[in-house]
Amino acid sequence: MRGSVTIEFDNNLPIYLQIMNFMKKEIIVGNLKAGDKIPSVRELASELQINPNTVQRTFQELEREMIVETKRGLGRYVTSEESKIMEIKKEMAGELLDRFIQGMQELGFASDDIVSIVSEAVRDTVGNKE
Amino acid sequence: MSQILKFHNVGKSYGVKKALDDVSFEITAGKIVGLLGSNGSGKSTLMKIAAGVAQPTAGHVEVTGMLVGSKTKGLTSFMPDSPLTEDWMRVADALSFYNDFYADFDAGKARDMLDFMKLSGRDRVSALSKGMKERLQLTLVLSRNAKLYMLDEPIGGVDPVARGKILDAIVEYYNEDSSILVSTHLLNDIERIFDEVVLIREGKLLLHEDVESIRLNRGKSIDELFKEVYAEC
Repeated sequence: MRGSVTIEFDNNLPIYLQIMNFMKKEIIVGNLKAGDKIPSVRELASELQINPNTVQRTFQELEREMIVETKRGLGRYVTSEESKIMEIKKEMAGELLDRFIQGMQELGFASDDIVSIVSEAVRDTVGNKE
Repeated sequence: MSQILKFHNVGKSYGVKKALDDVSFEITAGKIVGLLGSNGSGKSTLMKIAAGVAQPTAGHVEVTGMLVGSKTKGLTSFMPDSPLTEDWMRVADALSFYNDFYADFDAGKARDMLDFMKLSGRDRVSALSKGMKERLQLTLVLSRNAKLYMLDEPIGGVDPVARGKILDAIVEYYNEDSSILVSTHLLNDIERIFDEVVLIREGKLLLHEDVESIRLNRGKSIDELFKEVYAEC
C-alpha cells in the first residue's frame, strides 16, 4: 500500500467493512506483504477522508480476525503467517463463488449446467492465452 | 467515555412557534456527529442553545457536565451561519482578534491550518470568495482547543473542491478528547466523516444513531434515509 490510496465508497454499506475488504485485497494481491507495517489510523483516515474512528474499527476487526497484529509501541503489521493469508484468499474466493452461483441460479441454470459452463469458460480463457 | 454535550428535554418557543420540542440526547467524547434536518427544522436553534447564545424555554443543556453558562462558553467553539469576521479585517487581523478573545486559541495550529487552507494573512476578508470565507471561519473555530465544536452548515454554498478541503480539515484537526457537531442538509460527501447522526424534524428529535449501524441494519446510506424521512415535508 504505497502512494495514495483511493477507494470508491458505497455509502449504502458500512464503511469499515469496505476498508476491511480493501485491505484484504491489498494483502492477497501482494501490495501489502506478510509482516509489512500498515499505515496509522490518522494517516489512513486523512488519506481516505473519513472518520478516524471508522479506521480504528476497521483495524480492530482485522485484529480480531488475526489478519493484523499490533506490536506495542511500533504500530500495526500484517500477520506474518502465510497460512492466514491463504485463508483470506479462500474466503474471498468463496464469497465470489457464492455470488456467482446465486446469479446463475437466478438465471435458471441447474447445478450441472453451471459446472459445465464454468469448465468450458475456463478452457476457453486458458486456450486463448496459450 | 466522558460526556461532552447533553440535552435534557429541551424546548424553545418563539411566540406560538415551537422551534424545539422536548429534545433529549447526549454526545460522548471523540465523536463527529451530524445534525441533520431540512431548513427550519431547528438545527441552528439547537446549536445556539448549546453555545449559550439563546436560552431554552424548557429543559436544560449541559456541556461536560456543567450547565450552559459563562464557564461552558470557554469550552465551546461555535461557528454560526453568519460570519465571525468584519469586512475591514485582513485574515491576519481576524486571527489576532480571535487570539485576543479566546484563551484557548492556539496560534501555531492556526498558522498550520491557514497554510493547509491556502489562505494568506494578507488577504482581505471582504475580497475572499464564499468558499475561502468558509475556510477562514473554520480555521478560526478549529484553532481553539475546545471540548465542543459546533459548525453550522460549514459546506453550504461551497463548491465540491472546497467542500473536500473543509472535510479534510475537520478530520485532520479535530482531537479525540473533544466532539464536533456539524449541521448540514448536504449529505453525499460528508456522511462518511460522521460517527453518529441526530435527525430533527419540526423541532422534534427523530433519531440518534451510529451511522455504520444504520448502513448495516437498513442497508441504506444516510443520504437515502434523510430523503425518506423528510419526503413528506
